[in-house]
Amino acid sequence: MIVAKQKPIEEIITQIKNYEKILIVGCNECVTVCEAGGKKEVGILASALRMYFMNKGKKVDIDEETLERQCDREYVEKLREQIDKYDVILSLACGVGVQFIAEAYPNKLVFPGVDTCFMGGSEERGAWSERCQACGKCILGQTAGICPIARCAKRLLNGPCGGSTRGKCELSKDIDCAWQLIINRLKELGRLDDYERLIPIKDWSTERAGGPRKVIREDVRQ
Amino acid sequence: MRAFEKGADGVYLVGCLEGDCRFNSGNLRAKRRVEKAKEILDKIGIGKDRVEMFNLSSSEGPKFAEIATEMTQRIKKIGPNPIKKMLKKAA
Amino acid sequence: MTAEIKTPSKLERILVSGKIAVTSEVGPPRGSDPEHIIKKAEKIKNYVDAINITDNQTAVTRLCSLASCIHLKQMGLEPVLQMTVRDRNRIAMQSDILGAASFDIYNILCLSGDHQKFGDCPEAQNVFDLDSMQLIQLVRKMRDEGKFLNGDSIKRPPKMFVGAAANPFADPFEIRAKRLAKKVAAGAEFIQTQCIYNLDRFEEWMRQLRERELHKKVYILAGVTPLKSAGMAKYMKNRVPGMDVPDEVVKRMSGIPKDKQPREGIKICIETIQRLKECEGVAGFHIMAIEWEEIVPEIVERSGLYPRPKL
Repeated sequence: MIVAKQKPIEEIITQIKNYEKILIVGCNECVTVCEAGGKKEVGILASALRMYFMNKGKKVDIDEETLERQCDREYVEKLREQIDKYDVILSLACGVGVQFIAEAYPNKLVFPGVDTCFMGGSEERGAWSERCQACGKCILGQTAGICPIARCAKRLLNGPCGGSTRGKCELSKDIDCAWQLIINRLKELGRLDDYERLIPIKDWSTERAGGPRKVIREDVRQ
Repeated sequence: MRAFEKGADGVYLVGCLEGDCRFNSGNLRAKRRVEKAKEILDKIGIGKDRVEMFNLSSSEGPKFAEIATEMTQRIKKIGPNPIKKMLKKAA
Repeated sequence: MTAEIKTPSKLERILVSGKIAVTSEVGPPRGSDPEHIIKKAEKIKNYVDAINITDNQTAVTRLCSLASCIHLKQMGLEPVLQMTVRDRNRIAMQSDILGAASFDIYNILCLSGDHQKFGDCPEAQNVFDLDSMQLIQLVRKMRDEGKFLNGDSIKRPPKMFVGAAANPFADPFEIRAKRLAKKVAAGAEFIQTQCIYNLDRFEEWMRQLRERELHKKVYILAGVTPLKSAGMAKYMKNRVPGMDVPDEVVKRMSGIPKDKQPREGIKICIETIQRLKECEGVAGFHIMAIEWEEIVPEIVERSGLYPRPKL
């Protein structure tokens, strides 16, 4: 899923402070799971912002809405009826959702309320970590199911580097050395000799470097 | 948050003693949420001391009274919720 | 070891001839004054066969290795270009290799590079288009096939002797020999190791390499660094990842009065070299004495490695 973190409230206030009619829009998918922009978070933020402006003696209307997801136009359409009531939309969805809303309502100011961080999964409640960098050409079959592109700070395909210490990355004791993990997994699989296979130079044209990407399925297009 | 939005001057939560929660860790989770609420309330100018978490067992009647008194006195000292003025205006 | 010489590299020639090779390193300045490099190189030039120039070491921006190597070349010395894959994509790497070759720089050390977080630009983007093993493969392709990565022919291909680093003391321990085998398979022709204080552990690593006959496929230069003080020994023991400084070494340094500690550090360094001369598979030494370059001549002399062979 996409993991995001809510922006500090000071930053959100700076973005919206000159406006009087604000709609905060949440999303029921990824940002709900990582507790950054779901219905609950929308409610808490709306409450906090109302109190902030009241305390400043300013009259601001802040409404709340949470969509099924913001990355599909059909759900974003649901706002059309009420959209003209507002000056500004604060979207708590990931960067994708913010953009889809801005695209659907080009005459409205749209601000992001979260920082979109990475693609990852839940390690436990309250802890999410990065697992995929969307390189566009998955090599997990060659690395015992552990991705060195997302989990190695240097995205080495033939690691580890000299900075790996006691299974941790040179960047931080909180980061596992991806190559230590791969080696451990290869051992468990009885395939440590696979370590000596050189993974060839990668074609990065399928990742960000190659430009903004699209996936088309002609067979399912309308 | 809604309580403060409606003009409450203070809010306190009372949970079981740590380690004695009937629901295992409900009181510990509540404690962390209270801490988060304090953070937000401070940032928006309402003040972190208006919300508090207390722990006691359901048989500690006198302690409950103590807590109630302590919290009331604390809030009296801090003063009313600053948004009450705007709420009165709007009313 | 194939006794055929593949490049005009003086370092390669000495190693192929079976003589013990000695290399050292110089760190460039955080500025554009070449005098800094020239002065340091002058101090050591008669005592080593080749001089490495570090490449934005610890991710701190410095005068680049390539330009520094050119200054050394203009002094008539033998440079070893160090190239990390952190700051350059494959276009820049091939280009810099050609740049080095245009000045007849004949040695290259292929490295990953410390993460930029440790340096002066922690907010920088990093590249890692290739990793250090793939860079070794790349240089070999450019040299042996005379081709760019995309298969086009190179006019006047580079003639470089290709090296890599190895750390016998790094984690994970169980793949140390495998990792070296991988670098050899990628095309590494010489290795410079991390500095050695734990001789038993180093000799065990060498034994593992010999078991796989790797010492016959690649020239191993054992890294040594003279300790300046007990404080330095402790720092390296506790704060530098991948460094193994045994307690006996720290104790030995600590047992000496502070003003005599550098002398003891030099003594330990020389003893290390003397012992490793007897270690089968050690083809030479890489003396790293950053900010203490003036001590290299004494170490080389007292280790019985002076004069350097004239080939």
